[in-house]
Amino acid sequence: MTYLLRRLLWLPVIMWAVASLTFLVLRLVPGDPFASVANQVLDAGQLERTRAVWGLDEPLWNQYGVFIGNLVRGDLGVSMSSGVPLTRLLFEKLPPTIELALAALIVSSFIGVGAGVVSSTTRNKFLDYSVRNLSILGLSVPLFWVGIMLIVVFAVRLDWLPVGGRIGAGVDYQTVTNFMLLDHVITGNWVALGSFLQHLTLPALAVSLTSAGFAARVARSSMLEVIRLDYTRTARAKGLRESVVILKHALRNALLPVLTLQGLQFGTLLGGAVITELVFTWPGMGRMLLDGILKRDYAVVQGAVIFVAFTYVLVNFIVDVLYHVVDPRLRKSS
Amino acid sequence: MVSSRQSTNVGTVSFGRVRRIWKKYDLAIVGGVFVMLILFCTIFAPLLTPYDPTVNDIKVRLQGPSLLHPFGTDQFGRDLLARVLYGGRPILLVSFLSVATALALGIAVGMSAAYWGGWLDSLLMRLMDVLLSFPSVLLAILIVAALGPGLSNVMVAITVSMIPIFSRLVRSVVVTLVNEDYVAAAKALGAVNARVIIRHIFPNMIPAIIIQASALLAVAIGTATALNFLGLGVEPPTPDWGLMVSDGQKLIFDAPHVPLFPGLVITLTVLSVNYIGDGLRDRLDPRLRGQG
Repeated sequence: MTYLLRRLLWLPVIMWAVASLTFLVLRLVPGDPFASVANQVLDAGQLERTRAVWGLDEPLWNQYGVFIGNLVRGDLGVSMSSGVPLTRLLFEKLPPTIELALAALIVSSFIGVGAGVVSSTTRNKFLDYSVRNLSILGLSVPLFWVGIMLIVVFAVRLDWLPVGGRIGAGVDYQTVTNFMLLDHVITGNWVALGSFLQHLTLPALAVSLTSAGFAARVARSSMLEVIRLDYTRTARAKGLRESVVILKHALRNALLPVLTLQGLQFGTLLGGAVITELVFTWPGMGRMLLDGILKRDYAVVQGAVIFVAFTYVLVNFIVDVLYHVVDPRLRKSS
Repeated sequence: MVSSRQSTNVGTVSFGRVRRIWKKYDLAIVGGVFVMLILFCTIFAPLLTPYDPTVNDIKVRLQGPSLLHPFGTDQFGRDLLARVLYGGRPILLVSFLSVATALALGIAVGMSAAYWGGWLDSLLMRLMDVLLSFPSVLLAILIVAALGPGLSNVMVAITVSMIPIFSRLVRSVVVTLVNEDYVAAAKALGAVNARVIIRHIFPNMIPAIIIQASALLAVAIGTATALNFLGLGVEPPTPDWGLMVSDGQKLIFDAPHVPLFPGLVITLTVLSVNYIGDGLRDRLDPRLRGQG
């Protein structure tokens, strides 16, 4: 328990460090977001006043104090280009990103675990060899390219699925939580739900193809490890059918490392959202971050980066806790 | 006489031995050959194609693959094969350099932390923990956002995101080595720190480092192409694999061959590096011997 307690106490410290580092990195380079457009739009006096409004004329220490004070109260600042508070932007842009990441995670878990089971039970046979090569291909292929190629085949050539976006242009719907799956089910809007799922298919598939490779590799080696152990042999010795031995006895024990990996991949998927969302014109946080970078809107970049990093830290922590709760061997050793 | 006979013995490689090595490392060897080929093609690109990758020729725009243009042409009539050949330069340069730099800095950080221990160890490792608290693509994007777009900034970004991985690895290896008898013996015999590190510790961590470096090289190529794809790296009209896919995305209705070839080459390159990495791990990691 002391290990988890230490991890828990460490959590606010690491979050403070992550937020501070993000703040500092974005202010490493001299000049501010307004300087780059200043010459064309603002004269010297206007530039001064704009800086004063945003507090950019204050010494760095004061800016940092204000930033940390706001952050503690859950205020991530205000977008410099649109004047909209970051918390409101995140409410709007976060659900699409989480939807996509979760969908991809679920699909890739099924593909990965399935591939891992097939691979480990046909060890060193042709099927194992093919699955292993496919999974290494999956983790080698660039996400942005897979996305574009899927669009070319399924949207442009076959015309089965839409090219991009989150829902069809002419579809009427109500927003409740901004999680579309949930909203459309709550309001019973099946037309909108169908359109949403059609739009979700290609991006979720693209992301899961690249993350299933990792899952398959981990699932395979974890299965091979478990199959060698005594309880698997015992299950076989009891005369159980091979499918029961593999799926009930071996797989359940081999799943833990795969679940851990998928937990960790959730954070990585949020980070990779920038790429997916650009390819599929998915209106989420990744697009917001990229727009922020291109417009040099540091408030947006800072808010989005801090939010994703916090989520990543928290998910890692939860995975760690669950691991300790589920696996009694770890509890004893710490 | 004796020495010459020995050398012929060493020089003779039996057919059976070659076959055994090939059977075990076939994919790693294929990967190695492909990476060599890609390196050769990008370095000697001017000798391999008559076309200039940045010169427009509107008359032949958006042509599909043909004898004159094996990969076709893009919206400005530029030869895509030439652009693929030249386009590997920024990616490969950035990837190799950033892995090498991150490796050097990671060794320095990890070794200092493990060898001297104490507060220096805690400070350095907590700093690395903070860097690892960002998803690595996000950290790279944050750094490029701060420094501004450009190839050298992409390199800095990838390097920084990889330093913590190397330093943790080096630290964990060195920490176990520092307590080994032969290191203690060397110290007891009065060897100075630098000598202990170079002669006794360094050689023992080479396998672990090679395995990690090959894996991270694949990651570096992926990140570099992604950042260039996002428009945060090299600027047009410089030929670059990531940028070519991004240009090609606008042409998916008229000319899907434009994003096809550069993406295929990226995939094959990363795949080859991953095969090499797997081969190296099978060969160098004693824990994996006998598995497969």
